[in-house]
Amino acid sequence: MTIRTEPRRAPTLPSSPVRDVPEPLLATPGILAPGRARAFPLRREGPEKLTGEAKYADDLVFPGAWFGATIRSTVAHARYLGLERDPDFDWTQVVVVTAADIPGDNVVSLITDDQPVLVPEGGEIMHHAEPLALLAAQDRATLAAAKRLLTPRTEALQPVFDPETSEHVFAHYEISRGDVDGAMIGAWLVLDGEYRVGHQEQLYIENNAMIAVPEPDGGITVHGSLQCPYYVHKALKRALALDVRAARVVQAETGGGFGGKEEYPSMIAIHAALLARACRRPVRMMYDRHEDIAATTKRHPAIVRHRTGVAADGTLVAQDIEVIMDGGAYCTLTPVVLSRGALHAGGPYRCPNVRIRARATRTNTPPNGAFRGFGAPQVEFAAETHLNRIAERLSMSPLDIRRRNAYREGDITPTGQVLRESVAAHEVLERAAEASEYEGVRDRTSRGRAERAGSGTITTEPLHTGPTRTAHGIGLALAWHGAGFTGSGEVRLASVASIELTAEGDVRILTGSTEMGQGTKTIFPQLVATELGIPIADVQIAPQDTALVPDSGPTVASRTAMVVGGLLIKAAGRLREQVEQATGGSFEDTYRTHAASAGPIRIDQQFEPYPGIEFDDTTYTGDAYPAFGWASCVAEVDVDLDTGEVAVRDVVAVDDVGRVIHPILAEGQVEGGTLQAIGYATIEEMKLADGRYLNDRLATYLIPTALDAPRITAILVEAPFTLAPHGAKGVGELPMDVGAPAVVAAIADATGRWITELPATPERLLAALGSPPEPTPSSVRIGRSADQPIEGGTDPAPDRPTDPVPFRAPTDPEDRADAAEAFDNEPRSNGEKAP
Amino acid sequence: MSAYRFTVNDTPVEVDVPGMRRLLDVLREDLALTGTKEGCGEGECGACSVILDGAVVDACLVPVCQADGTVVRTVEGLAERAEDGSPVLDGLQRAFLEAGGAQCGICTPGMLIAARAFLDAGGTGSEGAIREAIAGNLCRCTGYTKIIEAIQLAAGGA
Repeated sequence: MTIRTEPRRAPTLPSSPVRDVPEPLLATPGILAPGRARAFPLRREGPEKLTGEAKYADDLVFPGAWFGATIRSTVAHARYLGLERDPDFDWTQVVVVTAADIPGDNVVSLITDDQPVLVPEGGEIMHHAEPLALLAAQDRATLAAAKRLLTPRTEALQPVFDPETSEHVFAHYEISRGDVDGAMIGAWLVLDGEYRVGHQEQLYIENNAMIAVPEPDGGITVHGSLQCPYYVHKALKRALALDVRAARVVQAETGGGFGGKEEYPSMIAIHAALLARACRRPVRMMYDRHEDIAATTKRHPAIVRHRTGVAADGTLVAQDIEVIMDGGAYCTLTPVVLSRGALHAGGPYRCPNVRIRARATRTNTPPNGAFRGFGAPQVEFAAETHLNRIAERLSMSPLDIRRRNAYREGDITPTGQVLRESVAAHEVLERAAEASEYEGVRDRTSRGRAERAGSGTITTEPLHTGPTRTAHGIGLALAWHGAGFTGSGEVRLASVASIELTAEGDVRILTGSTEMGQGTKTIFPQLVATELGIPIADVQIAPQDTALVPDSGPTVASRTAMVVGGLLIKAAGRLREQVEQATGGSFEDTYRTHAASAGPIRIDQQFEPYPGIEFDDTTYTGDAYPAFGWASCVAEVDVDLDTGEVAVRDVVAVDDVGRVIHPILAEGQVEGGTLQAIGYATIEEMKLADGRYLNDRLATYLIPTALDAPRITAILVEAPFTLAPHGAKGVGELPMDVGAPAVVAAIADATGRWITELPATPERLLAALGSPPEPTPSSVRIGRSADQPIEGGTDPAPDRPTDPVPFRAPTDPEDRADAAEAFDNEPRSNGEKAP
Repeated sequence: MSAYRFTVNDTPVEVDVPGMRRLLDVLREDLALTGTKEGCGEGECGACSVILDGAVVDACLVPVCQADGTVVRTVEGLAERAEDGSPVLDGLQRAFLEAGGAQCGICTPGMLIAARAFLDAGGTGSEGAIREAIAGNLCRCTGYTKIIEAIQLAAGGA
């Protein structure tokens, strides 16, 4: 069952606010859907953040600490011959650490042991900005002076920058269902398309930061900005050869992560720890913005090719998809990113015949890694844009083609997963269309486009900008996002979350899940308090310190509310039962006295597989995710036809998150994720030359400001996941998947041109406006007329049987005319390569 | 080195530092006011915004010599103090807390400063004017929606 939550009143910025009393501290109880926590607490750590008292890593003071720096490669691929030191400098005043000083393994690894902590002398430099050596000094001036006087000597090697031709494959997957080739032959229309997306920088506003403190017993404690304390812990143990207790990781307040602080903090923590060990004093490793952009991970660039066969009524009959991701120089998390990309590549649509081939390869560019969405935004941009282009060929509304194909309960995904419950694709789609008045606006924008085209048909005439240089457009997209870790990931993680009732009678949550703005520290006490029947303020949460809390798995994959939140509810239930059984009274009334007399209780709750959810990692079949979240986005844009600038004006974002635990925090996730997606679609572009990021500063890598940001209306939908005790499916990544294709669809609605490479910069848009309009794919095949190979294109089935599936004529004469026109225009095609 | 005198959050201070030392470093390191954050060091992100003689400036771009004789207000100077010295959120901070205007919190001090200056200058709840007022302050978490709501709430109700 799908329940629509009531969107809060007036979320869209009334021009003159009439509220003259502050909202109450807690929202009114009693208006919530079943299963929802009974009240919404204010952000737990909010007051500290609002008064400047919250301590981020760079705010922590360690007397006597030195400053650390990293010596990095300035070439993309080379043999590292060693470090030249200027003989005129007094090197005794600084500490230099090289690969030879690493006590443990010279490796930082999550999947494959291919990435060194520091490139050893004689080793291979694999990318620009790769760490070669470390330096520490007692003040910044000495540090900067010494850094200038260290010169790496290298011998150039031939770099590889093209992921398509790279022969080093990090991972590849093939997902296959049905008979794709056979179904293409029978399709009424086959459309090819190629889509490209580039790097995207997470651009948390707090740069990476780590402070390592040597302990008297030989151990090392690291305080830092990070998402995953136990990833850092594991990395430290290995590189520094420390045992479990000697390595300690403490999360400082963290100023945003978005995936960007999932992996690379391990590298920085090891660096800081190596220097601290060598200096025998605390060392501060604070990246500035330039270093943070130049050296740390980005969203994977990708090339995605679609060949899709549809019936005349728009029903998908076959999808043949190729995904190529650029992993950068080292493996990092690439296989998992690619896996999610492959699993989401078809989009949220029923299709009986699907083939998805995905591979990620190595190039001599800085390694790519986790970023909100984790492989899905790339492929869903391609899938959605492709579907919109198919709709256009069929003269079908983008809304109708989705109504026809979007998953419903009981449908089967490409991995053979039966979507048994919690399928809200249609719900989010209809809500988005309704709230944005999609069809009405689209009628108006279509008329505007026709008027501008002079002749009345945009597809045959170039645009006339005339006096109305601003073109208005509306675009729609739909997405799905697998909840939690892919496949058997959660089973392998076997996360633990704990609750303790201390002897003093305090209830305390112990988890390794981190707060980085998304609200972990607020919703966890809320969930536990609800389960225990005590006030939220009476539930404490322990700091994210590996000496105190268990490994609850990484804070990634939108899994915190769903998986770790679920563990805490179960733990709280067990605690309540134990106390109530012992005392015979309610938990609320008896727990303090019980703790005083019976002593402390600690409940450790370990993840147990969701019953009936099974995935085969070797064949890529089965339940890829225990459930999916669903999102739809409608964007309205203004395109300046003379300058190519795109202004995104209004966005409606509808997200099904299973259960809304805290509406304000959940909306905050949707709004923030949506804007990141809009940045991805319009202005965020990493430019590279010789494997180096050219715009590695905030002055040159742009993210949306308040003036660039549209009005965003967030609507939350609840289709609960019944195997989680609270029904939650996660919210963080969903909005990131769906914003970019909605913007690109709106641009197409305004201009009649499809931007197939993100971001849709003015340059790309002007180029598109200057070129012939659609259709420009390498092949459009309409029924029998395609028996003859298409000039300049590829026939999808040259060896088709002599007696193909009978031609199904379009039922609507207009469809037939448009289809014929599409075919007739084929010789004008250009700009897109055939696969 | 020479001594520079100015007022920070109603307290007169004197620092004996090089004149080109950034006001940001003087605040954070010499005066231990770490509420003001550094996000880019080149005046793009606004995390280091402070109010200097009534105007919002990026403290990373102001050498301390230019702050000599001025009145500076940082995020630490927004809250009022209870009798026991604990901070009591002002109307703007309360609005941010209630509307969800702070997520990771790293842009929040600068955002509050920009909003405070806007409200102090007579700014109203107009969405366009608020967007303009905080255009120099980047936020990567919120999409700005709830920040704007918070400022509107403060403008109307505080």
